[in-house]
Amino acid sequence: MKFELTTDQQDFAASLESLLAAADTVTVARAWAEGDHGPGLRLWQRLADQGVTALLVPEDADGMGATPVELVVAFEALGRHAVPGPWVEAAAYLATELSGEARTAIAAGAVATLAVAPHTPYALDADAADRVYLAGSDGVRTATVGEPRPSVDRTRRLFTLAAGPVHDTADRSREAFDLAVLATSAQLLGAGERVLADAVTYVKQRKQFGREIGSYQAIKHKLADVRIALDFARPLVFGAALDPTPRAVSAAKVACADAAYLASRTGLQVHGAIGYTQEFDLSIWITKIRALVTAWGTPGFHRARILETLRSA
Amino acid sequence: MDLQLSESELAFQAEARAWLSANVPAGPLPSLDTPDGFRLHQEWEARLAADRWSVVSWPADHHGREASLVEWVVFEEEYYRAGAPLRVSQNGIFLLAPIIFEHGTPEQQARFLPTMATGERIWAQCWSEPEAGSDLASLRSTARRDDARGGWVLNGQKIWCSRAALAHWGFGLFRSDPDAQKHAGLTYFLFPLDAAGVTVRPIAQLDGEAGFAEVFFDDVFVPDADVLGAPGDGWRVAMSTAGNERGLSLRSPGRFTAAADRLLALYDERPDPRVADRVVDAWLKAEAYRLYTWGTVTSLRDGGDVGAAGSVNKVWWSELDVALHETALDLLGPEAEIESAWLDGYTFSLSGPIYAGTNEIQRNIIAERILGLPREAKGSR
Repeated sequence: MKFELTTDQQDFAASLESLLAAADTVTVARAWAEGDHGPGLRLWQRLADQGVTALLVPEDADGMGATPVELVVAFEALGRHAVPGPWVEAAAYLATELSGEARTAIAAGAVATLAVAPHTPYALDADAADRVYLAGSDGVRTATVGEPRPSVDRTRRLFTLAAGPVHDTADRSREAFDLAVLATSAQLLGAGERVLADAVTYVKQRKQFGREIGSYQAIKHKLADVRIALDFARPLVFGAALDPTPRAVSAAKVACADAAYLASRTGLQVHGAIGYTQEFDLSIWITKIRALVTAWGTPGFHRARILETLRSA
Repeated sequence: MDLQLSESELAFQAEARAWLSANVPAGPLPSLDTPDGFRLHQEWEARLAADRWSVVSWPADHHGREASLVEWVVFEEEYYRAGAPLRVSQNGIFLLAPIIFEHGTPEQQARFLPTMATGERIWAQCWSEPEAGSDLASLRSTARRDDARGGWVLNGQKIWCSRAALAHWGFGLFRSDPDAQKHAGLTYFLFPLDAAGVTVRPIAQLDGEAGFAEVFFDDVFVPDADVLGAPGDGWRVAMSTAGNERGLSLRSPGRFTAAADRLLALYDERPDPRVADRVVDAWLKAEAYRLYTWGTVTSLRDGGDVGAAGSVNKVWWSELDVALHETALDLLGPEAEIESAWLDGYTFSLSGPIYAGTNEIQRNIIAERILGLPREAKGSR
């Protein structure tokens, strides 16, 4: 019994944190939203060099052979820094589902994305990807990129796909879906933590009626509720990482979606009008959280799945 | 990172499970706030103690098993899963005992701990006063020095004293230095509730039972031997209780995971899709609390302390408890208002967000001590 990160895992988290904190990820995300993929693809390769896309790839396929715990450590950092790109699709889903050369390429940093009906009907950032897939009941097909579908999160560039020939029939699609759900949960957790941290900083500076607005109980209690929600979402994420059953990853997704969404609504509210502008950086996280709440299965889908597994237990 | 129990922890779990399944009373006992129920709950404590299950984490020479923190959580999980009775000795074994171990003299430990472990002497907590609730440090009850008799003379009034209607002894803070401000000049006293000058007036709670009482002190003499910690140091001594009460000890996750399991069973009997999401949320919050507690246990074992995180904990379990029981009542439909274990649990849950520091006070603590937000100007609350 030791429910905390090992020293190695803490070091991995710290190295990603220092890389991303120095990478001006807000500028990278804003460029990505405008279709300028250059800075984002360079950051993708730097993170791939740290092993982020190779975590779930076995060592005999030139991967890291790491566990889902390292995966959620990485995705919390990606969420905290709003790093754009199809990370869940490549590093969680496809790294699990594909085999052979395609999987080795992902471990090495190839940018890959996919769509999986019904929960993920559009392929994220397909215009920036080297490889685009469409998952169905008969395996994974290659796909051609269709029409753009604008997202509330301008850094999420979604596209319709047209199916090509069957590429890979490895059937790890359930496991791949659950790891994608888990990675999305960790991304939400990181994004929620970031919004809370920025909101706390803001309410300590902003003064109205002669004192910091963070000294008013109306503000304090809202932010305390965000702290509580995030503190109790986190153990569900790490518990699911240790044993990624459908019930556990659904629980992580529901809790992280609820907590991050509460963080985003509260963060917006305590910032007031400045928070409602696209120019202010908070907008990047507010819109990302909204998109991720329903990505890879809505809270309603995941709650229903939890109940089903509990009742059949 | 792992959530595995060791071989010896698994053996401990199996032993606890076997003992509980052989010994837990078949039906629920009458409420512990009635005279008959109180006595039956005391008998249950004696049975637990006879086989050294009443205070598993205490030292072996004090009726305990020297159980580790992990084993304590495991025991609690098994205890509530088995549907065992509420602990009438809770104020003593969970709130007062840690302080007696930390601040008590060897003589006090020898005198107070054994009867606490067996349930022979039940303790009431006497914190609040009519004018000192959330602002506990503004309490006014006094302790006057009596050098001639070697002790102190207590005067004043305490209120909302849990278990005081039927308990034997009480513990609380009194102002021993009238010139000191707020947190200074308070002393921690232990006193028999049948001492000369003590008047106990039971108060009927929302459910009609006398779960708490007013206690009046009229020149009550307490010898120096019954002062816990140094005179004037009572606030610091008491705060270790507050931390325990809000944090790990009072509300073990086993209570809520067991209640969530009962809620799922109720849903199976009375499935209602309109309530399904709330059933899931109740289970999910109990599960989050279970996992969160393993994180707390790991951190405590590494030498950390609960600190202000106890406030995060307290808001979570108290609001989870209310929501879980509200969901059960909605599933029961028109039967919900009829007396039942669910209704008792609901009524009890309503006290959670109030006692041990209201959840509004906890949110202030979270905002100021964890988030680092500025305190309000003095006098504004």
